[in-house]
Amino acid sequence: MPYGRRAPITQKGGKILRSFGVALWFMFLTFPIMVIKISPLEKNIEWRWGRMIYVGAGAFVLSLLWRYVIEQKRGPIPKEEADPLKVDTKDTGWNRGGSHSLQERLAIFFHKNKKFRILTFTGLFFIIAAFPFVFSTYQTSIIITALMYVMLGLGLNIVVGLAGLLDLGYVAFYASGAYFYALMNHHFGLGFWAALPMAGALAAIMGLLLGFPVLRLRGDYLAIVTLGFGEIIRLVLENWNEFSLGPSGIARIDRPGTLGIDFDLRDHTVYLYYIVVVLVAFTIIVVSRLRNSRIGRAWIALREDEVACQAMGIDKTKTKLTAFALGATWAGFVGCILAAKTTFINPASFTFMESAIILSIVVLGGMGSIFGIILGALVLILLPEYLRAFSEYRMLVFGASMVIIMVFRPQGIIGGTRKRHEFHVKEPTGEKP
Amino acid sequence: MLEVRDIRTFYGAIQALKGVSIWVTEGEIVALIGANGAGKSTLLMTICGVVPPRSGEILFMGNPIQNLSPDRIFSLGIVQVPEGRRIFPLLTVQENLDMGAYLRNDKGAVRSDMEYVFSIFPRLAERRRQLGGTLSGGEQQMLALSRGLMARPRMLLLDEPSLGLAPVLVATIFDTIRHINRDNSTTLLLVEQKAAMALHIAGRGYVLENGTIKLQDIADQLLCNKEVKSAYLGGS
Repeated sequence: MPYGRRAPITQKGGKILRSFGVALWFMFLTFPIMVIKISPLEKNIEWRWGRMIYVGAGAFVLSLLWRYVIEQKRGPIPKEEADPLKVDTKDTGWNRGGSHSLQERLAIFFHKNKKFRILTFTGLFFIIAAFPFVFSTYQTSIIITALMYVMLGLGLNIVVGLAGLLDLGYVAFYASGAYFYALMNHHFGLGFWAALPMAGALAAIMGLLLGFPVLRLRGDYLAIVTLGFGEIIRLVLENWNEFSLGPSGIARIDRPGTLGIDFDLRDHTVYLYYIVVVLVAFTIIVVSRLRNSRIGRAWIALREDEVACQAMGIDKTKTKLTAFALGATWAGFVGCILAAKTTFINPASFTFMESAIILSIVVLGGMGSIFGIILGALVLILLPEYLRAFSEYRMLVFGASMVIIMVFRPQGIIGGTRKRHEFHVKEPTGEKP
Repeated sequence: MLEVRDIRTFYGAIQALKGVSIWVTEGEIVALIGANGAGKSTLLMTICGVVPPRSGEILFMGNPIQNLSPDRIFSLGIVQVPEGRRIFPLLTVQENLDMGAYLRNDKGAVRSDMEYVFSIFPRLAERRRQLGGTLSGGEQQMLALSRGLMARPRMLLLDEPSLGLAPVLVATIFDTIRHINRDNSTTLLLVEQKAAMALHIAGRGYVLENGTIKLQDIADQLLCNKEVKSAYLGGS
């Protein structure tokens, strides 16, 4: 809540009363499904009033807890009320000079402590390198998927996080990369390594194709058009049988080439794991370089104010198109990897849900923050996987955790890293004796 | 330096400029005054290429620029400080200034320009690391002006630099504008509602009304002009 805050609920009575209201409302809402049970066989209605009490009590406790936690999060009100700006800035990381948040303190510690930094990185390196030998093929396979989403998230982050263009059709580029490799492999026997850069290039061209007509759009309008674009690509793939083999998809796609050495499934998985790890590292390097580059600054400025950008001599068209093309490139890469990993693709893998998940990774992780997005992807992909133990409740838990993160960390799990980072690097620039 | 010849600009079907001609010579300050909706901002936007004219010609250093894109016009040295400041709220003051020097490659010169900017606005130096959005209105105007200067413009177009500022600050800003003009002999085209202020620092002035130039003269003459007095300088 960077701007207007709601009036704080100070009296205890108000809190309890409100929670009571919520409980009543929930009892009313759930009445038809929780209380009435009609059994058509015995032709009678069973009234389960006991359940209503559980619902009421549960809603009351949860609501009270919620209000309490929110109040705690706001912190003590009376003292800071005099300086409303200060409270606001704290929340969004606007405040530079004053107190640092825990995240900022950690980051500063991390920046200053060289030994600690090297130790962390080497530790991380060994964990990543040893992973497929310690864990099962199944675990490795899950991690590959998560890492693929890290790449997708970082790619979409260029478009959404840096350039501020809300793209809901990102899956279209993902699909084009996957279908490019699948079709080329199916018809011409093209290998993975040759297809990978070409898939990226094709996706970049698709990005330009989408970019041209939507140059003048922003925000909601852009979102709708890109959403449509994503659906068009999927529908084409589903219905143009001669071209894409329709809904039945393409099977028996080659795994990445291994210089003629025979690999079994486990070796293939391990091999793919290292390929993906290297590609993720490559992506991180490119994206972090991009972010501090000239074009990266132009994207950020474009996100903030288009008119001011034009007044600064930034070529709006070129800047936007590069964002679309570069963002799409990564989707193309990952699409190609997906085809090689699963050896089977069909249009059902490229629904709007995919776009939504990738966007959630970016928003949940923290827009513009590389580390945040990595974390976001791991949480969003691994959580549903490891929640399988809860079987039918897993999507419920998943949804609830998303809501909770967004309420308590509206800037994402790791937000505002860009600002802090540049502030450290650039600090000495203007400070000449 | 700049010559605008009979330009007509439209927003869709609405004609905002109905044949406007002005000229600006090197090193002078020219004020454009007029009521709301007279077309002052449109004229600046047209010169910058953001809203291209439907007919007419704009010459800069003798070359036609009316068909160039905004970034090309910018790279020729025509820099606009847009109305309502439009600084980047989530970038720091320093990053905002860096954006002004976006097209420049001469790092050393950029740095010395930044020092120059900080010397005229010490407040900005103090707040270098603060986010643009947290500055006060006056500081934001200083930042917008400085950001324009960072491009090392040959000609600076200022759109309502006094908008929404306290009278004391307005005086400071106008003082600085005069300074900038004197220090670097930057040519200035100044759009302003506060006509008296603008005409005091300007050499010449144009009065724009309903998309046409109604009057043009040296500033002192305009200040004495009866019509101008009653319409724009607040009577008497």
